[in-house]
Amino acid sequence: MKVEFKPEVKKEFEAIAARYPVRRAALLPALWLAQREFGFISTEALKATADLVGCSPAQAMETASFYTMYQKQKPGKYHLQFCQTISCLLNGAEDVRAAVEKKLNLKDGQTTADGQFSLQGVECLASCHTAPCMRINDEYHENLTVEKINQIIDELKAK
Amino acid sequence: MADFEPQLTKRFNVKDGHTLKGYLATGGYESLKKLFTMKPTEVIEEVKASNLKGRGGAGFPTGMKWSFVPQNTGKPIYLAVNADEGEPGTFTDRYMLFNDPHLLLEGIICACFAINSHTAYIYVRGEFYEQIQRLNAAIDEAKKANYLGKNIQGSGFDLEIYVHRGAGAYICGEETGLLESLEGKPGKPRIKPPFPAVVGLFGCPTIINNVKTLCSVPWIIANGAKAYAALGTQESPGTHVFGLSGHVNQTGYWEMPFGMPFMDFLNNYGKGVKGGKLKAVIPGGSSCPVLTAQECEDLTLSYESMKAHGTMFGTGCGIIMNEHTDMAKVLKNLTHFYSHESCGQCTPCREGTAWEDRLLKKILNGEATAKELDLMLEVADNMEGKTICVLSSALAMPVRSFLKKFRGDFEKYLVKNTVAVPEKVQ
Repeated sequence: MKVEFKPEVKKEFEAIAARYPVRRAALLPALWLAQREFGFISTEALKATADLVGCSPAQAMETASFYTMYQKQKPGKYHLQFCQTISCLLNGAEDVRAAVEKKLNLKDGQTTADGQFSLQGVECLASCHTAPCMRINDEYHENLTVEKINQIIDELKAK
Repeated sequence: MADFEPQLTKRFNVKDGHTLKGYLATGGYESLKKLFTMKPTEVIEEVKASNLKGRGGAGFPTGMKWSFVPQNTGKPIYLAVNADEGEPGTFTDRYMLFNDPHLLLEGIICACFAINSHTAYIYVRGEFYEQIQRLNAAIDEAKKANYLGKNIQGSGFDLEIYVHRGAGAYICGEETGLLESLEGKPGKPRIKPPFPAVVGLFGCPTIINNVKTLCSVPWIIANGAKAYAALGTQESPGTHVFGLSGHVNQTGYWEMPFGMPFMDFLNNYGKGVKGGKLKAVIPGGSSCPVLTAQECEDLTLSYESMKAHGTMFGTGCGIIMNEHTDMAKVLKNLTHFYSHESCGQCTPCREGTAWEDRLLKKILNGEATAKELDLMLEVADNMEGKTICVLSSALAMPVRSFLKKFRGDFEKYLVKNTVAVPEKVQ
């Protein structure tokens, strides 16, 4: 199904595009707008983004597919992004993650059937001194323990 | 440690230090008064004389970098700020951006004035959502108060600063990968030369500086290169925000002049190793060769000492490992990281990082012999210095140093029975 940006979003984009001497440079911000508006970067969202920026869908795809934060499928309402890099590993990230996988019966890249939670292993989140850490949507959660993460998930479930 | 005045972290505990009001109340934008009485070339000379080195990892002298910008091309000149902090083990720029965004803006104004640039882009990694909001708010405030925009404080100098949000790619911290990403493309590094100072963003002369590099500049302008060079060591002047993570009792970050003995830093600030004796240290982010506990004994927090110990200062954030750490598992974490983050355009990197990861998996699964260990070293040799950027070397160096210094940790996984498979059935 074809999707389209709302007029006010188009206007928002034009203000962003004016920051760059080349319109194509605004492709990353445009993809962010698309993700905000349409929930994830579907093929239709990609086409709408390409139209907005004035590049080909293939160019938009080339860029979107390079970056891990552009979601290619619909994430859960709460998108859990676990840091799996060195300092988190040294401080028990594997245990924390295993607890979540068990609690939600979820593996990397999956979403729960009710669409509430999705899981993505990510690389270093620059929070090494408060390891293990994760992001839920755009928010950091740090110094995680099995107990703490179970509590966080229970709270989100109760919302 | 000699007394020093914090330059980078002085507003970290100031209420509203991140707002313009809080910033101005604590000496913010003071350096501009002096800056606008100077000529751009004088600013460059001052920063050169301070011997400020780039804090992003490579440690290139900042003033010298600025002097490479040609002023006669007729093209606009750009400044790109590298706030794509993603080197495993590194986490201090995140706090610089959050606690003192105006300091970065002031540093950008100084740098842009020096190189005659009127447009700067701050490339912030996509995960730093709060930091991006704070930066944007600071830019709005600064514009309203005429610290940005046209004719800044009556100086005749114009400057616009824009925030550009990344979207999750370690390689965009590589300066030419960053430029590609700013142009809306995949962050695949460019072949050098031409260097970005000559042909950079949108084909125009461009300087790329790290967050803390730029945050160090206002103090240098206000207090002079001499005062800056008096801090730290001769080769590593000034202060830095040093960090500790991993197996330490007190993880965190602390600003101090360069030159402190590493073990004093670990024991007095980090409160010692957690869970056992010290086994290994990755001193400045995961790309730096690993050091043994013994090698750390006479190590100091400086570019020259790290170099003398066969490693790199990197970002100044150390990862500490205790005696119970399985170095083979740690290296597996790094091989996974680099193979995941390789942009894939150079074969030695794309294939090499993936092969290191596969070989190490085989070793950890107990399916390998000493041949695989040697093969890992051979692959590392074929990865280093053969690619467009240094991501490939950034894995080859850890592979070599881990295998050399902690070979026992890998050998314990090897298959003891190494009967050669006969070539023929009979």
